[in-house]
Amino acid sequence: MAEQEYAIRCDKITKVFGSVVANDQIDLDVRYGEILALLGENGSGKTTLMNMISGIYHPDGGTIYVDGRAASIQSPLDAQNLGVGMIHQHFKLVNIFSAMENIELGTPGKKLPPKVLRRKVEDLCEKYGLETDPDKPIHAMSVSEKQTVEILKVLYRGARILILDEPTAVLTPQETDKLFAILRQMRKAGCAVIIITHKLNEVLSISDRVTILRKGKSYGTVNTAEVNVSKLTELMVGRAVTLEIDRPKPEDPEDILKLVDLTVRRKDGSVALDDVSFSIRTGEILGVAGVAGSGQKELCETIAGLIQPAQGAILYKKENLAGKTPRELIEMGISMSFVPEDRLGMGLVAGMGMTDNMLLKTYTQGKGPFVDRAPARAMAESLVEKLDIVTAGVEAPVRMMSGGNVQKVLLGREIESNPDLLITAYPVRGLDINSSYLVYDLLNEQKKKGVAVVYIGEDLDVLLQLCDRILVLCHGKVTGVVDAAAVSKEQIGLMMTGESAQEVMEYGNG
Amino acid sequence: MGTAKKEPLLRVVKHAELSTRQSIGLRVLAVVLALAVGGLFIALIGYNPFEIYATIVSGCFRSPMAIQATVKFCIPMCISALGVTLAFKMRFWNIGGEGQLIMGAVFASFFALFCSGMPHLLLLAVMFIAGFVGGGLWGLIPAACREKWGTNETLFTLMLNYIALYIVTFLRDGPWRDPEAAGFNKIARFAPKAMLDKVFGVHAGWIVMLILVVLVFLYLKKTKQGYEIGVVGESRDTARYAGINVRRVVLRTMFLSGGIAGIGGMVQATGSDITLSAGVAGGVGFTGIIIAWLAQLNPFVALIVSFAFSILVKGSSVVQSAYGLSTDCADILQGIILFFIMAMEFFIRYKLVFRGHREKLPVKTAADTDAASGEKEAEEK
Repeated sequence: MAEQEYAIRCDKITKVFGSVVANDQIDLDVRYGEILALLGENGSGKTTLMNMISGIYHPDGGTIYVDGRAASIQSPLDAQNLGVGMIHQHFKLVNIFSAMENIELGTPGKKLPPKVLRRKVEDLCEKYGLETDPDKPIHAMSVSEKQTVEILKVLYRGARILILDEPTAVLTPQETDKLFAILRQMRKAGCAVIIITHKLNEVLSISDRVTILRKGKSYGTVNTAEVNVSKLTELMVGRAVTLEIDRPKPEDPEDILKLVDLTVRRKDGSVALDDVSFSIRTGEILGVAGVAGSGQKELCETIAGLIQPAQGAILYKKENLAGKTPRELIEMGISMSFVPEDRLGMGLVAGMGMTDNMLLKTYTQGKGPFVDRAPARAMAESLVEKLDIVTAGVEAPVRMMSGGNVQKVLLGREIESNPDLLITAYPVRGLDINSSYLVYDLLNEQKKKGVAVVYIGEDLDVLLQLCDRILVLCHGKVTGVVDAAAVSKEQIGLMMTGESAQEVMEYGNG
Repeated sequence: MGTAKKEPLLRVVKHAELSTRQSIGLRVLAVVLALAVGGLFIALIGYNPFEIYATIVSGCFRSPMAIQATVKFCIPMCISALGVTLAFKMRFWNIGGEGQLIMGAVFASFFALFCSGMPHLLLLAVMFIAGFVGGGLWGLIPAACREKWGTNETLFTLMLNYIALYIVTFLRDGPWRDPEAAGFNKIARFAPKAMLDKVFGVHAGWIVMLILVVLVFLYLKKTKQGYEIGVVGESRDTARYAGINVRRVVLRTMFLSGGIAGIGGMVQATGSDITLSAGVAGGVGFTGIIIAWLAQLNPFVALIVSFAFSILVKGSSVVQSAYGLSTDCADILQGIILFFIMAMEFFIRYKLVFRGHREKLPVKTAADTDAASGEKEAEEK
């Protein structure tokens, strides 16, 4: 039977959440010994589809065939028994256990003696070219080491069909290359691999075929060898897009904020920022690169007055802001805007409408005990108009809006306050290409007005194109501040792993 | 490998966000169902449910005096619902309305018992403020402890109820014991000067209640402080981000929340009981939680729901005298209603799908609307 050669075949899979059709009659197939990329923008239904294959959701329509047989996958355990394993974006590991304890955890049968277990794990590692220390506890591991453990966990359970959900989002370019080498090894060993991603160059470098999802529908499957970046973008977005980001020349940049020897501790006492010094300039976009969790969040929140630094100073026009609360900053007349990473949990009030969200930083203005909502409503309405925000109305709760529109509301409000300094943390995360470009344009507009913009980013390609200077963080330390036009992605990648800018630049020249 | 299992028999599926009208409809349906099940219960113990329900309603409205009695039941319930509404809006789970009400009554009673030399209106004003402060302080304690040491407010407020209750018992048996009372211990009846006047045959507490309904509504909807409560309730991080002093908001709101309950206690002691007894709250603080919840934290709806509850309470006392059916049945009925409303909250968000039932796709899919918005964005570029 022809069907036999497919490891997985999805036939007209449909999944509905409320009124949202997350997957609309999607077909997908993958063979053994093949890497299939599942490409689509955020919200296009990639993860939903994979969650059905791995038993987390149940499809509302359609059939999944595993090894040519119709399968009803009701739980991750069923999926495991069918040889399907998924590596999630957020790792599911027990921190205080060692690698091999995590790998064994939850498998049926008696606990193996450590010697036997260690040998089994090492054999697996050898077979697929993985590297791990079976006795190392998870909490002492880097992100990529943890990912290796997740992969081993799945292989240990006998998975021959692997699904990886955006595995490269947390990796440096070098670590990504290593992961891809492992995946190729798996392909050689006869596994079927599905990799979810929205990064085009990764699709081109790793996959054999690509299935493209857009707005919950499948837009076909193509052989990777026959496409290029622009063709893929067109398939993904639905039309041709220019992928160039504008970078106007900064006009007489001037230091507006100087961070001096800043050290910040997290709540658990660990060091988030370690003796950080740099300056932020007007009329320029300063990019901040680094592996997730290198101190970006604490950097933003310290400047915004949400975290008290343990040491050091933040100088704004010769005044030290370190240790001041947000309210004190507002009262000092410092016009700083902050677009936090957690938009609905920090930047906005999810259950309130646009009007009440506009009020968030200005509601204390005006005399008397009552809130004046009229100007806020007017502002909300003008933002809807200006930024083309799609909403049921300015009083509809913002949590009901799509991610792109939520970001427009937040960024719009922050820009409307005419800041001198605009800090944005992952402002395009989760946005589709159109919304992302709107954000880049808005940031450039601010830059041209002479605003100092800080852009915390994760996509190095974007950082290199959009920013004027890039600051690289590694474990809370600044490994360098470099001119974005004169640095390569690989060099940034090396700095993200801790090498100093000097060393890296010498490599480049030598 | 491929175990040929069937599709699960029942699945829980999230459905689209319902319109306000649909969700109100579902809640009304829940009440109707609850009455039906309650009727079944009444039938099971050998009475005619229709007759009983009819007696409950007619018992409340058969005479001006019956109506006055019904309103009297409504007052403390509604006021304590208003109190917890403030705290709940901030997602501060104040289960201590009962204790705050009692402490309000205790503080007010002090002046009624020992400062009755004051002129009537001044005395009432002092007692009113004392009731507010007493309840407020009782609400402040758990809030302060949570802000300082991260204690659990639900347990803390709950425990304080019992402490308040035993403070009354202590006062009754000790320092405030009425020496003239023969037999069992009680606190003396208030002097006539310390009694709340009657307006239209019901003590003036109902006016206080109506004013509070309006004030709480305005406070939550229109004031800066009310806005702060909403923000803190939604997300403390957002509040900090906006420069709100979260600790101050929590303390202030809990003082107000307890204070309102305290006013309820003062009104009950001086208007209805004319003394301080251990039964001054009588579970009203807990009923207030149910009411606030059913009213979805809307003060005006809380007023209506309180009235409905007082019909149930008053009516079942009539049923007791007419049929010898215990008033505990009213509690059972309340419980059934609450159970159904809570269960309905689940169906407002989810539905069950049976095996073999295939989902019909909505006519206009989200993908379409998304595509439309995408095009709009595209035009703009």
